[in-house]
Amino acid sequence: MHVPDGFFNAGTSVGAGVVSAGTVAVCLKKASAELNDRLAPLAGLTAAFIFALQMLNFPVASGTSGHLLGGTLAAVLVGPWAGTLCVALVLLVQGMLFADGGLTAYGLNVLLIAIIPAFVGYALFRAARRLLPATSGAVVSASAIAALISVPVAAAVFSILYGIGGAVDLSFGAVLGAMVGVHALVGIGEAIITAAVVSAVVSVRPDLVYGAADLRRPYADLNPSGTAPAAS
Amino acid sequence: MRTNTKLFIVAGLLVGLALALFLSPFASSKPDGLEKVATDEGFDGTVGDHDTADSPLADYGVEGVDNEKLGTALAGLIGVLLTFGIGLGLFAGMRVLAPRSNSPPDGRASGSGPRQHTGVR
Repeated sequence: MHVPDGFFNAGTSVGAGVVSAGTVAVCLKKASAELNDRLAPLAGLTAAFIFALQMLNFPVASGTSGHLLGGTLAAVLVGPWAGTLCVALVLLVQGMLFADGGLTAYGLNVLLIAIIPAFVGYALFRAARRLLPATSGAVVSASAIAALISVPVAAAVFSILYGIGGAVDLSFGAVLGAMVGVHALVGIGEAIITAAVVSAVVSVRPDLVYGAADLRRPYADLNPSGTAPAAS
Repeated sequence: MRTNTKLFIVAGLLVGLALALFLSPFASSKPDGLEKVATDEGFDGTVGDHDTADSPLADYGVEGVDNEKLGTALAGLIGVLLTFGIGLGLFAGMRVLAPRSNSPPDGRASGSGPRQHTGVR
């Protein structure tokens, strides 16, 4: 869903840039307070992993593909603050070096691919976890549900922004319907990939998953063998 | 950082590199959801040339590598390593620059002490 240069008028691009810059500033402050010896390298790994996963376009319908946005995955793994920064970094590398995502649309892309999926996804993840038992399986299920919904939500926000400041005057309902329709399908892929990665990390090192912090056993870190305790 | 955490980071990076190297050349090259909708709804005509279209890595290829699949694989490899390196620098730098008020002065926030409340609930 990388927005190229030219899709939006200057005012909307600048407006989204201001909102994204402000949100990233808050994320830098909040994430700084949370970072520790483990979360800092894990956040670097999360960014690198999302870069790799975003290259893996999967077919979603005839003649259409989709790829992971990754905001929900990053938020579950390292929290919404650091998670937003991870995806914003991926977008910066893609825009600066890989000519993917317009540079004038960087603020829009941070909003649509990093901020909305991370924070909407994390809110949905927390809501789902409250309804589910406190098990590692529920962490995986909740991350899948959150990822599934986060993608069409981002598509809906794109449509609203396009209605406000899109370069072409189109029916809002037509853009919304088309964007949400195809991205509901992309969301299924997002859910599968997010669940697979969260499941793998939770099974190996549940103590490293931000969204599973409540499952950690007290003093599990002191286990000298370094093996992760079984979480379910 | 415990050795096991270092091992986890290295193993995770290797998996990410493997995905970029071996799977990305075979990813779908069909237009993504937004590109498809833009074409169908008729708002794809306003796209400008990308400012970094001349980048040696533009469009996930490597300048001078003519084999498209090899170029994609190498671009993926470079992208993953660069993102990891910049990310490590960014997050480690944030740790150093962050006000320490939220961390115990003896450095026990590094995960070798009582639980920190950093997650849900």
